[in-house]
This record gives sequence, structure tokens and C-alpha cells, in this order.
Amino acid sequence: MTEVSVDPARSGPARSILVQDARTKRRNAAERRFRAYGLAAIGIAMAALILLLTSVLAAGLSAYKQTYLQLEVNLPAAKLDPKGNRDPAEMSKVFTLAYAPLLQQALAAKLDALGVTTTLSAKDMGDLISKEAPATLRNQVLADPSLIGSPHVIDVLASGRIDGFFKGRVTMESAALDANTSPEALRVAQALKDAGVMVTRLNWAFLTAPDASDQRPEAAGLGVAILGSLYMMIVVLVMALPLGVAAAIYLEEFAPKNRFTDVIEVNISNLAAVPSIVFGILGLAIFINFMGLRQSSPLVGGLVLTLMTLPTIIISTRAALKSVPPSIRDAALGVGASKMQSVFHHVLPLAAPGILTGTIIGLAQALGETAPLLLIGMVAFVRDYPSAFSSSTGLFGDPSTALPVQVYNWTQRADPAFVERASGAIIALLVFLLTMNAVAIILRRRFERRW
Amino acid sequence: MLDMHLTERDIHMTDTKISARNCQVYYGDTHAIRDVNVDIADKTVTAFIGPSGCGKSTFLRCLNRMNDTIEGCRVEGRIAMDGEDIYDAKVDPVQLRAKVGMVFQKPNPFPKSIYENVAYGPRIHGMARSRADLDEIVETSLRRAALWNEAKDRLDQPGTGLSGGQQQRLCIARAVATAPEVLLMDEPCSALDPIATAQVEELIDELRQSFSVVIVTHSMQQAARVSQKTAFFHLGQLVEFGETGKIFTNPADPRTESYISGRIG
Ligand SMILES: Nc1ncnc2c1ncn2[C@@H]1O[C@H](COP(=O)(O)OP(=O)(O)O)[C@@H](O)[C@H]1O
Ligand SMILES: [Mg+2]
Repeated sequence: MTEVSVDPARSGPARSILVQDARTKRRNAAERRFRAYGLAAIGIAMAALILLLTSVLAAGLSAYKQTYLQLEVNLPAAKLDPKGNRDPAEMSKVFTLAYAPLLQQALAAKLDALGVTTTLSAKDMGDLISKEAPATLRNQVLADPSLIGSPHVIDVLASGRIDGFFKGRVTMESAALDANTSPEALRVAQALKDAGVMVTRLNWAFLTAPDASDQRPEAAGLGVAILGSLYMMIVVLVMALPLGVAAAIYLEEFAPKNRFTDVIEVNISNLAAVPSIVFGILGLAIFINFMGLRQSSPLVGGLVLTLMTLPTIIISTRAALKSVPPSIRDAALGVGASKMQSVFHHVLPLAAPGILTGTIIGLAQALGETAPLLLIGMVAFVRDYPSAFSSSTGLFGDPSTALPVQVYNWTQRADPAFVERASGAIIALLVFLLTMNAVAIILRRRFERRW
Repeated sequence: MLDMHLTERDIHMTDTKISARNCQVYYGDTHAIRDVNVDIADKTVTAFIGPSGCGKSTFLRCLNRMNDTIEGCRVEGRIAMDGEDIYDAKVDPVQLRAKVGMVFQKPNPFPKSIYENVAYGPRIHGMARSRADLDEIVETSLRRAALWNEAKDRLDQPGTGLSGGQQQRLCIARAVATAPEVLLMDEPCSALDPIATAQVEELIDELRQSFSVVIVTHSMQQAARVSQKTAFFHLGQLVEFGETGKIFTNPADPRTESYISGRIG
């Protein structure tokens, strides 16, 4: 309406363009306001991102470091290999229980040698060492029986409380109230650290070790979860990419436009909006109950995630195909290429960057998806590395977990040390996602460089 | 001023290459082309002129069945090339389009190298037995499109990096490379500057030696310069068709006369 009303300033004598009239001032003010809103929005988004990242990094980076004890452990043949024939089959009859005292004795000897005196009982002293350590030692000995008979210096995991003490999670005050440790134990640990016997160092085991039970947060790792996620991504890529791209090409380039294809189109869009847990229920009903595939297996997980990812891939592929100028199709048809040749020789290569980006976004969604996996049992506690193929369980049939499920799982546990583990797992997840995005960008660039 | 050379132009009467009888085209319910009867002669340049939206492009696309790719477009009547109905159920439009090449209004080279642009057609039609064969086809096609001298040192560079006029000549080379019998051009010069236009026009005149060329044009001067036959379309109908000289100097229909003298446009 201001457009038609006569501005008195205009009907007057001609004015200098060096002076802004009221209209221009208002217009400029509006533009400045809009820019300010935009900056504010971006600022809030960036601040949220930074806050999120710093809190996750602050809580989780320490999971990549772990406290170890260097102990000289006696491995007496009389206890570990009563038959004396160094046969692992015989030796495996000696339980983990027999190894624990060896570690305690080694620690006591070390304290004696250092001249550290303590009021700790032998059992409390044993609590400095992780409950996982005897089992690790036993596995080492079974793998290499020649260790038996002589003392060896080995790295022994310190218990979660001691580890927490060096990472600032456990303090003298909190230890006084804690049944699992005591200020005296922390004092001894500090003495060991000062003597260089106890070190906190980079811990690759966090990425490779399997999960550990509630009492042993210090031993818990992401190995099984990473393998499970990797297998699922392979299943999703192998299933969803060809299916999705083929469906999209058919719908976009070949299918007649009629009511039937309209219905299909609408339903694909709807499918993309279906809550992911619904796919979990569907997977449970179809893949596990009806088809009899194995629960908790990456195969079923991957199939469920494929269902979830398909619409994303189809929609982004169609968008990429749509964005290819029709003149290219005309050009190809004009020189006598068939429909299929025009699509595969000209349209698809031009759409490839878009398809790729869509696929990787779909994969990234799938990688971070938790809810449907809970329903198909991937939340189980798994300590055995799943194999890609075995004759008894088939392809990707071994039970496993997945990265986001492992995060969920750890946040449910009582020991505060698992908060650090969960944050560490989130960091691993984020690194994987960033890597995937980087790969997408690199591939995109390479494709686009071909004009 | 248009008619200076028109009357001196020699016209060889040659065989009919394409003949359309009673051609109707519908876009859904819109009747875009009505009752068109036309005979397009071999080794002749035929120009389609007429105001915007009168159906020149539509009719041109009937001749190589590009209309098949348009949703809801329906063609009726009989269009025959060398006496064979191109809309016969047995005809594969893909095979037809290899014989009837097309150059579009906007230059549309493939986003590939200059070489690949020209080689694509011969390659998919299996016209070259060896790389040397293909090289030769590419060279002759580029020469015929008067692009060889400019492009010979940059054959591996993207066709999309050429100037507008060069791109259009590349598209002509690409169309020529499949050795078509008819070449359809839809306003090939509308996006070009006068110099590039002159080059393309010269080219069209040369191509007439080997093909039957049908050119849609907005410019009556261009029609007068390059064509031997002219068809004037108006509101979906073919109003007048005849020798270019006659259409421009002595049109039979008052509508043609109005258009030529600039009263319809
Ligand atoms: N793809 C199409 N769908 C529907 N109508 C079309 C389409 N192409 C052209 N038409 C219509 O057909 C008529 C003729 O168009 P066209 O052949 O492009 O005219 P010209 O090339 O002579 O300018 C116009 O009225 C136009 O609106
Ligand atoms: Mg047109």
C-alpha cells in the first residue's frame, strides 16, 4: 500500500541523492535488522555446537587414557601348570582365581621394594588392581606357555577408582565414603605413581577391547560395537545403495506419471518420516520372527537400517536426477541414444555427486540410529568379537552391538566411570561421522572436477 | 531489400525426403498443430517461420519423434521419410533419431571433452571400428562444423568451456557425426552474436550438399539468406509453403504478407 500512496517527499522539488529519504532509511533499517537476526541465529547455533562439543570432549577424552601398573609377576609352574607339560588345554583347567594372588603378591613386593608402608589389608591392596587383570594375565599365559617359570614385567590395569583418581573423578573425600576404595588406597596409588610404577597413558584398548561388566569400567571398550556398526554399514551400503538408486532412476526417468506412481511417490516421502522405532518393530516381526534370522545380529540390524535409509537415498537421488538439466537428455536422445543410454551415460554421472551425498547422509543417519536396534536385541552384553562369516551363524550372523547402542548401554550403568566411557564412545561416533562426511566431500569434489 | 538475391537463387528440384500429411499434434487437450501437409525436399534447406508459439518447434520435433519424450503429447496423421511412416509401430524412435539429427535452440554440449562430444554418437551406433576411424569421424565432423581449426589443439578440453557460438557449432558437429540424412535445427542462432550467426549460416549452406536441412528461425532475414523453401506457420496451421523467393516477394496469403511486413509478430 505504501507503493501506491504518494510520498510527499517525492512530489516536492528534486532532492539530492546524497540525502537518504525516509523510505530508503526504513528499507535500510529493515535490511540491517534482518542481517542481525541471521547473525544471531548463526551465533546461537555455533554456541550450541561448541558447548556440546566441549562438554563431550571434556567428559570423554579421558576415556582414551588409562592407568596401568608395571609389575614384575612371578609365574610359578607349580600353580599354573600342575601337570608340568605346558599344554594349554591342561593349563586352561586352572581358573582365573589362581592368577589374582600372583598379581597381589607382585604389588606387595613392589611396595616393599619402594619402601612404601601401608595399613591396607591384602584384599584392599588387591582392589588397586582391576578385576579384569587376572583374566588378561591368564589369557597371556595360555597364549604363550613359555612365560611360565620365570618372573615377567607386565602391564596390569589399575582399578576404575584408581584410574578415576588420576583423572580427577575420584577425590580423597569421595573415597572416604566409597566402599570400593579408601583414602589410604589413593595415597598408595599416588606413591606408586610418583615412583613411576603406575602410569596413565594412551589406551587403544578402548577402541579394540570388548565391553566389560558393571564392576570393571576400566576394561570396557568399543571393539565389538565398532565391528557391529561396521558390519551393519556394509549391509546398508550393499542393500540400500543399489536398491535406492535403481528405484529412484526408475521412478524419475522411466515410470509413467500416473495415479499409481503418484501414490508410490507419496508413500516414499511418508516412509522417510516414519519414526525409526517402527522400523525396529517391523524388523523384529519380519526378519526375526517370520524369516527366522538371528537376534542381535548385524545382518538383521543392517536390514532394518536399510529399510530406514532407503527413502532417504531414493528422495535424494531423485532430487539429484531432477537437477540435471533436461537439455542434456535432449542432446543425448537427439543423437540417437536410447533412454537408458542417455540416463547411464549422461544423467547419472552428473547426478552422482548428489546421489553420493544423499547416500552418505543416509548412512550417517543409520550409523547414529539407536531405537530400532534396541528392539532387535542389539543391546545385549556381548564380549565375543562377531565374525563377518561363520558356518554356524552365516553372514554377519554373530550377536553384536552397535556404537550408539553401546553409548545408551553405558549411560544406564551405575558406576560413574561409565559416564566417561559413554562420552568417549560418543567421540568415536562423531569421528566416524566426520570421516564419512569428509569422504563425501572429497568424492564429490573429484566427481565434480569432471565438469 | 530482402529480395535482392532471392530471385537469382537456383533451385534444384529434388526428391521428397519427408512428407507430412494431415499432421495433428495435441498437448493434452491443446491442439497445437492442425492439418499440416508439407513435403520436405532432399538436399534442400527448408525454413519454418512464424510468430512465437505458432508450433514451429512442435512440428519440427515431430520429424524425429522427440515429441515422444514429452508427457501428454500426441501426434496424429502420417509423416513419412523416404515413403516409410516414421510413426509406424515397428519403428524404433532411437534408430530414427540416428538418421534425423537435431540441433537445439540453446547450445547443449555434453559436459565432456570436445572429442567425446563428437565421438559419442558414432560410438553408440558402432560407426567406428577402431580408434583411428573414430578420430577421423571426429575430425571430419569438426571440419564440417567449421570448428576444427579452433578446437584441434584442445580436443580433450571440456566442450562447455567453448564460447556460445563455438558450442553451437560443436552441437552441429555432434549431430553431423552420426551421418544423418536430415538435420533439424531449432532456432540454432538465437543465442549467438552476429558473427557466430554468420558462421553457422555459412555452415548450413554447406551442409545442404549432403543433407536435407530443416531450420526453425525467428529471423526472416535468416530464412531468406539460408533457405530454398519456406513454410509459414500461424496459430498451429501451415499457412503457406513454397519457394523462399516467392514467399518473401509475392506471398499468396494475406497473413504471410502481414507477418513478413512486420504486422503480425
Ligand atoms: N511441452 C509442452 N507442453 C504443453 N504445451 C506445449 C509444450 N510445448 C509447446 N506447447 C504449446 O504448443 C504451442 C506451440 O509451441 P512451440 O512449438 O514451442 O512454438 P514455437 O516454437 O513456434 O514458438 C504453444 O502454444 C505452446 O504453449
Ligand atoms: Mg520454438
